[in-house]
Amino acid sequence: MLNIKEYVAPTSLEEAYQYLVSQKGATLLGGCAYLNLGTRTIPLAIDLSKAGLSFIKEENDYIEIGAMTTFGDIEQSKVLAHYFNNILALSVSDIVGVQLRNLVTVGGTVYSRYGFSDFITALHALDTKVKLYKQGIFDLEYFLEKGSKEPDILEKVIIKKDNRKAVFKAMRNSHGDYAILNLAAAQIGDKFRIVVGARPGRAALAYQTMEYLNKEYLKNQEFTSSALKQAGEILSEELSFGSNGRGSSEYRKELAKVLLRKALKEVTYLAGQSEN
Amino acid sequence: MQVNLKINGREHIVDVPPDEFLLTTLRRLGYLGTRQGCDTSTCGVCTVHVDGKAVLSCTILTCRLDGHEITTIEGVEKEAEIIGKYLVAEGVEQCGYCSPGLIMSILYLEKCVQNPADTTDEEILHYLNGNLCRCSGYEGQLRAIKKYLEVKYGAGSK
Repeated sequence: MLNIKEYVAPTSLEEAYQYLVSQKGATLLGGCAYLNLGTRTIPLAIDLSKAGLSFIKEENDYIEIGAMTTFGDIEQSKVLAHYFNNILALSVSDIVGVQLRNLVTVGGTVYSRYGFSDFITALHALDTKVKLYKQGIFDLEYFLEKGSKEPDILEKVIIKKDNRKAVFKAMRNSHGDYAILNLAAAQIGDKFRIVVGARPGRAALAYQTMEYLNKEYLKNQEFTSSALKQAGEILSEELSFGSNGRGSSEYRKELAKVLLRKALKEVTYLAGQSEN
Repeated sequence: MQVNLKINGREHIVDVPPDEFLLTTLRRLGYLGTRQGCDTSTCGVCTVHVDGKAVLSCTILTCRLDGHEITTIEGVEKEAEIIGKYLVAEGVEQCGYCSPGLIMSILYLEKCVQNPADTTDEEILHYLNGNLCRCSGYEGQLRAIKKYLEVKYGAGSK
């Protein structure tokens, strides 16, 4: 059962930060999607919903998404729909139902670095940074690996606007269920970026696979069937794939090959379309 | 703590503990049409609208909603009656427990899709994916919603 001793709703980041460091156990409230699960006592709950962090802003070179922006906002954003083949909206569209997506927040998901997240996998396929209120700006990759060194507030994610094409793939037992495995692929020029999440571990870049794909693509500006197969083999060995109730390590390895092949076919097609 | 809520157009000033979810508050205030189901953000029977957006009332803290507008199934009685007739006609009103949440989601779908008359099956399923029903198997619901949209917005739905 949830037990919140004290609740505050600060109207600025500084005020929220002061509450956060004011006592041990002070907890930031994002989308609260998992708050009603399990037993927990929170001495001080800091609600960020009034701190001005719900926004999607398009600047000249980048897009900023505030931490309290919901997945529902992501899905319906006309700005995001214009970039990266709408990968961010597509990555969240199978998460439970609209009623939950209207609550789940970008900040709650990214700061928590959930291993099962579809959104983080898609975000990682882009040139993304996170802005922590006190500690500054970090590459998403660094943040996913290290997290925050001290109590801090994720203010926003910053996505560089470039002409990359990106696709998101996931395998799940049914619509709305957590992914057994997810994968995002992006192509910018001759370079590829491959991210795999829900392994069930945190989303990670597949460096060896990317290196192989980059070399192969330079040969003919396309992938042969054998190259796609080989890329899948490299991917399945390069990252760790775990077992849980949704699938075994072996199953995930096979899924990774299939998702990679599908994603590469689609992303190279999209890149080819934009050149023509 | 004291919270101002506007529920179905009516102002309420309520004392709530900071860890109380909206579902509990609503039912405490007599809005019993909003059902309690899984309590794990999954089944959708507790769906209400907050400032026009469909949300799970089992998942949102009441204290967060100070000054916000909430619509429950009681606030859309007329629309619910109309949709309910289509559900009954397709034989999906069996135990009826999921119907209030389902109807709130159908009304949200109507708001969100650009042209309700052209709503596709895929769109309907997308918007109703968060509403579980253990009686119907969903085919009847899909038929009922399509017919409702067809009659209300014209014969273009497919």
